[in-house]
Amino acid sequence: MILPALFFYLFAAVCVASAVMVVVSRNPVHSVLYLILAFVNASGLFVLMGAEFLAMILIVVYVGAVAVLFLFVIMMLDVDFSELREGFIEYLPVGLVIGGIFMFELLLIVGAWVINPAVTKTITAAIPTNVSNTEALGLVLYTKYIFYFQLAGLVLLVAMIGAIVLTLRHKAYIKRQDITVQNARTPEMAMALRKVPTGQGLQDADAAEWVQ
Amino acid sequence: MTIGLGHYLAVAAVLFTLGILGIFLNRKNIIVILMSIELILLSVNINLVAFSTFLGDIVGQVFALLVLTVAAAEAAIGLAVLVVYFRNRGSIAVEDVNLMKG
Repeated sequence: MILPALFFYLFAAVCVASAVMVVVSRNPVHSVLYLILAFVNASGLFVLMGAEFLAMILIVVYVGAVAVLFLFVIMMLDVDFSELREGFIEYLPVGLVIGGIFMFELLLIVGAWVINPAVTKTITAAIPTNVSNTEALGLVLYTKYIFYFQLAGLVLLVAMIGAIVLTLRHKAYIKRQDITVQNARTPEMAMALRKVPTGQGLQDADAAEWVQ
Repeated sequence: MTIGLGHYLAVAAVLFTLGILGIFLNRKNIIVILMSIELILLSVNINLVAFSTFLGDIVGQVFALLVLTVAAAEAAIGLAVLVVYFRNRGSIAVEDVNLMKG
């Protein structure tokens, strides 16, 4: 009984602490590493709540893809990050005030809030008790919410194409394959047969004609 | 010592606030702003999953999955825009992004 509570406080504390470090860290690479730590601990919280599939997806998608993408971009861009931190102290008071107000309001809502007993009657898809979390999710996701699932795939497709289109660039001096030119090429265009006179060889003018 | 819905909501609220704070504190560094947005989306996911498991309704987890998808797409597009911007301007300072101001 005490163990889940202990693990909850462990995961929550590390998650919040690493989120703080994401925000205040001097080096963006450290920020990304703390972001990874925050995600891993959040997936621990998901496991505690009983959402194992989402916990694993969180690790695969966020730690495996998004955080590594951040790392790639940070290391690829040659930016002086200390210059970008200049306004940090300047913005700290207003940030703390707004963050404090936000926190106060959110805790006010969380503290003064109760579940309406009628809400348990309006459950759309109850969690089955006899199957695993992954199976239960699949039973709903691939039947009732199939269009949302397809839409999510479409969002990912658009994001992929968009990212490629944005970052792709053609340099003028790089030779590229032109398939129509390749297909239109005939042996006559590619080579010339010459009868070389004995002892004289090819003249320079002849050579220049077929070496193109 | 039992952990209820309120505990998870409090963690999510703290994470959300930290994300907002990160946007304010790192106004010049757009990479950290993107990371703060990821933190905000993570806190939203924690909220969705917490309500889903404590109400016994699996739909919340389905929507958390969709939020995850949108977060991944947003990070990919945001970083692609960032790379293009850096290629054109040689810096990623947010204040310089006023070229399109008529």
